[in-house]
Amino acid sequence: MTRLIVRRLLLGLLTLWLISLVVFAAMLALPGDAATAILGREATPERVAALRDQLNLEDSVVSQYLQWIGGVITGSFGESAATQQPVSELLSERVGNSLFLVFVASIVAIPLSIVIGVWLAMKRDKPVDHVGSTVSLILAALPEFVIGLGLVLLFATSVFQWFPAVSLLAPGERAWEAPEYVVLPAATLVLAVTPYISRIMRGSMVEVLESEYVTMARLKGLPERTVIWRHAVPNAIVPAIQVAALQLAWMAGGVVLVEYVFSYPGIGQLLVEAVANRDMLVVQAVVMLAAAVYVLMNLVADLATILVTPKLRTAAR
Amino acid sequence: MSGQAVDTAVGVGLEVPPSAGPGAPSLQKRAWLGILRNALRLGRTKIGVAIVLLLIAIALFGPLIAPHSPTAFIGVPNTGPSSDALFGTDALGRDVWSRFLNGGRSVLWMSVAATLLGVGLGVIIGLVAAYARNWLDDVLMRASDVVLAFPQIILALLAVSAIGSKLWLIVVVVAIGHVPRVARVIRAAAQEVVERDFVKAAEAVGEKRSRIVFGELLPNVTSPLLVELGLRMTYSIGLIAAVSFLGLGLQPPSSDWGLMINENRLSITVQAWAVVVPVIAIGLLTIGTNLITDGIARAAIGIDGRSNR
Amino acid sequence: MSTAVEVRDLRIELVGRDADVVDEITLEIEPGEVLGLVGESGSGKTTVGMALLGHVRRGGRVGGGAVVIDGRDLAELDASGLRGLRGGTVAYIPQDPGTALNPALRLRTQLREMLDSHGAGSDGERGARMREALEEVALPSDDAFLARYPHQLSGGQQQRVAIAMAFACRPNVIVCDEPTTGLDVTTQARVLQTVRELCRSHSVAALYVSHDLAVVAELADRVAVMYAGRIVELGTRDQLFGAARHPYTRRLLRAVPDIQGQRAVVGIPGFAPLPGRRPDWCFFEPRCELATDKCRSAFPPAFEFEAGHRARCYHADEAVRDVPVEGGVEEVHVQREPELALAIRNLDAHHGEHHTLFGVELEVHRHECVALVGESGSGKTTLARCVAGLHKDFTGAVCLGSEELPPAARSRSAEARKRIQYVFQNPYASLNPRRTVGQTIARQLELFFPRQKDMGRRVGESLERVALSPSAAEAYPDELSGGERQRVAIARALAAEPDLIVCDEITSALDVSVQAAIIDLLRELRTEMGLSLLFITHNLALIRTIADRVAVMTEGKIVELGTTAQVLERPSAPYTQQLLANTPSIAAVA
Repeated sequence: MTRLIVRRLLLGLLTLWLISLVVFAAMLALPGDAATAILGREATPERVAALRDQLNLEDSVVSQYLQWIGGVITGSFGESAATQQPVSELLSERVGNSLFLVFVASIVAIPLSIVIGVWLAMKRDKPVDHVGSTVSLILAALPEFVIGLGLVLLFATSVFQWFPAVSLLAPGERAWEAPEYVVLPAATLVLAVTPYISRIMRGSMVEVLESEYVTMARLKGLPERTVIWRHAVPNAIVPAIQVAALQLAWMAGGVVLVEYVFSYPGIGQLLVEAVANRDMLVVQAVVMLAAAVYVLMNLVADLATILVTPKLRTAAR
Repeated sequence: MSGQAVDTAVGVGLEVPPSAGPGAPSLQKRAWLGILRNALRLGRTKIGVAIVLLLIAIALFGPLIAPHSPTAFIGVPNTGPSSDALFGTDALGRDVWSRFLNGGRSVLWMSVAATLLGVGLGVIIGLVAAYARNWLDDVLMRASDVVLAFPQIILALLAVSAIGSKLWLIVVVVAIGHVPRVARVIRAAAQEVVERDFVKAAEAVGEKRSRIVFGELLPNVTSPLLVELGLRMTYSIGLIAAVSFLGLGLQPPSSDWGLMINENRLSITVQAWAVVVPVIAIGLLTIGTNLITDGIARAAIGIDGRSNR
Repeated sequence: MSTAVEVRDLRIELVGRDADVVDEITLEIEPGEVLGLVGESGSGKTTVGMALLGHVRRGGRVGGGAVVIDGRDLAELDASGLRGLRGGTVAYIPQDPGTALNPALRLRTQLREMLDSHGAGSDGERGARMREALEEVALPSDDAFLARYPHQLSGGQQQRVAIAMAFACRPNVIVCDEPTTGLDVTTQARVLQTVRELCRSHSVAALYVSHDLAVVAELADRVAVMYAGRIVELGTRDQLFGAARHPYTRRLLRAVPDIQGQRAVVGIPGFAPLPGRRPDWCFFEPRCELATDKCRSAFPPAFEFEAGHRARCYHADEAVRDVPVEGGVEEVHVQREPELALAIRNLDAHHGEHHTLFGVELEVHRHECVALVGESGSGKTTLARCVAGLHKDFTGAVCLGSEELPPAARSRSAEARKRIQYVFQNPYASLNPRRTVGQTIARQLELFFPRQKDMGRRVGESLERVALSPSAAEAYPDELSGGERQRVAIARALAAEPDLIVCDEITSALDVSVQAAIIDLLRELRTEMGLSLLFITHNLALIRTIADRVAVMTEGKIVELGTTAQVLERPSAPYTQQLLANTPSIAAVA
């Protein structure tokens, strides 16, 4: 089993390296001179020169890349062209908030989806199941910013005025100290993610309930509770875990729109601002971070699958 | 498998039995047509089609029936509905209803283009990877892992930040985001078909590789293909609307649903209609396409369930 | 001694439709007795088996009659009573233990829970009983073995675990649902022996459901034959196999290949009616040579002949006279020519790292049929694939006539590819489901005879050659039965007008009566078209009906080669002798 894990890790690192190449290439895709393009209207000769120096634009492309990636690994991402703050500072102010948001959303969404999935599978084809599948279909279709705006319209403005529409937190502040600003964004993420996980859970539960070994368990005269929880669920939950990890990975991108809708001070909002300002160094840093999270969560998904499937766990011995 | 009479245990009438002979009506003249036809029988597909057709009509013909020009200032900003403006005026004093009627075309054509491009390329890559089963498969899958590591919206933002908010770029980058996702699904489906004996039979008589991929494999993955087409369409709409919602798509003063939402966000407590109308339109469009996709998925299970016994 | 199992007039029907799956099922089983329930696919035998456990598959329900186990009527049991019955009084041995054992649970858990739900006694006593159950089926009972997962066991071991689970709570009744399907002959023999011994020693009444008449002949005390949801004949083993009364039973016996080689196999034309399509009179009437108007008036009641022997046929007496079970000895001769159609010289094959074939030498003369016999893993399929060019990882020579062929089919000349054709085992997978039958055959004709006109007529001819109507060209594969699909596969092979056809277990997935018809067809075609055949099978009895010479394979080597009579009557290799000893046969019993 360790061989399998090591192999996955190495593959993950390879992917990360290839990703860094793509992210770096974005800098090369800037039209004309990179420094001028980034500074845009604020391109005074001194600032252009300073930025060219910082970006090592005089060096060869390979050298630029190595210097950049070296910085990334050691945690120094350069300076923001818009605010002149070190990028790492900008990130650290906000990463905590984004992580908190994702954490809250996951803690709610994952158990909720699994329970809904198991329950709907047991009520298969009854009216509740049809309602559940329709609601799931609708939520899965809607883009997350539509869900977010919908929640704003419902709970922050005309209908009920329970929660603030826009967060008034400054970037440095910690979201968990003002939880009312987290409720709606987290709820948006939960609504975006739950339909996928619960649909997979329901589907795999239904399939497992029809399987030969569950029929066999019933023919052995076991109590129904044992059949469901000892025989069915451990097999049915495997695809749901994979999907859950993938949804967590998706949230690395999902936060972007959600934070923008609610002006929530996380790295998603940072990214959108940076794109609008063409603040490339910030953009690159946030994208690398997001991609790294994605690769990590995929690794977690693979590992969780191996741990939970006896066939895979014992095979590599 | 030896000694196992495959006919047992299945055909005791508790599932669909094979028909009695060549005289019985055939299930699928063309598989994809059969799936679509069966999908249309379901209630939810019909509702989906109705919704989508309505919104396409609004997007295409809206500009012809708009009472005002989408860029004309017709009144005080942020006023509610009046006899002149069905849904009131927006943050700059333009007619919300006219801007709405003009705002659908861009989302529509960009989504369709991105979907067709992404799915087309993804299908080819998926089929080739599944049939090749060697180093080519590995290379293609590694490459797609790299693209997959970027959440689609982030990939779009990365490209726009470097190259600028050009419409063709948005279409291309959304399509590129679809390619590995579609390729994964098609490759998994095709891998199952590649193992079947009729593909080996074609190899035994020396059929050309391209003929096997497009003649034997492709017709047998029509179900996941149609489902992916619908699913990617739904996501394309969401992504492209999101990009213009972030202000990175069509620029003012153009009218575009996503841009409308962006422009009027801050006055949401005063005049909500300017946000509500485009939000509902985008929401309904994606719900419609997803209903159609679900109908296709159910119809496909029905057909595949019968032919793969 | 009261009857352990009594079924009276049981009817199981489809929910929502006025269609019966099985009806008028009446049988009894005494303690210690084995009743074999025989039938082809669609006969409803598995449904009857499950009914003894009070279980009906999704979509069906009990429509009438009674199942009485140990004096208790199943219909009167509530949910917890039924749970107590299952596993405790009636146990089930599944057909495929690979899917019936939970892949996520250790053996220890799966065995133990059986005892915990039904067993009395202390914790320690149940643990001891669990180990005892494993020892009874000749499996290790140490902790290391109990900690394993099902996928870490072989097919035979998995089945023995399933048997141990079934006998663990000392039930009074066992239902065995074709438990040896998919096992090779040697393992099958061992499993059957285990079941027989356990039933005798514990006085268990057993219902053994199977499509394999030979197995039933060796194991069962009494036999019931099912056709289209009815029991058409019931009697002791000697009565049924020695003097069957119902025409269907007699025709079925005639279709089973006989390893002694005294007769040819004959199939039964037509097919059994499915639920919902069954008339009010005798179901077998359309296919029966003794049918009269009386048969079309009402379904025959059960007539009793000797004690305990009943059959539902108006013409049972004529059946004994006019429907022979023994045919004449038919010579399978086509004059063998000295010229070689195929020669395999010193063939060594690999699957990646594994060396799978070792120095294989084999010749097939023109117009000859050579059978390649072996169990799963023997390498026979690999050899066949090498011949066809589908497996190219080999050294040595495959020669067509005198020309040595390149290993991969794609590298071979069109002429070479035309002259060797391949028919696959699984009729459900060897035809492209998205093409019509006509399109599939036309493609073959296009490939090997380009620029020929009149494709429609030639496709029609191909179909007629395999006894299918030309209108079948419009059909898609899923509209045809297994036997019909296999005929199409054969037609596809013949369309190329080959010299040699490689038949890879082409009848393993078919019912015995359909198998007989296909074998019949092959023999005719061989004579008509002067074909050579390389016939791959694991069924020793089958080769009597078609092969001139036999090569026996095991572990990648040919261990015996000779004429059919030589190998089957005077085998020299110990492996062959063991194989023959383990192969069940009807004649050995009757």
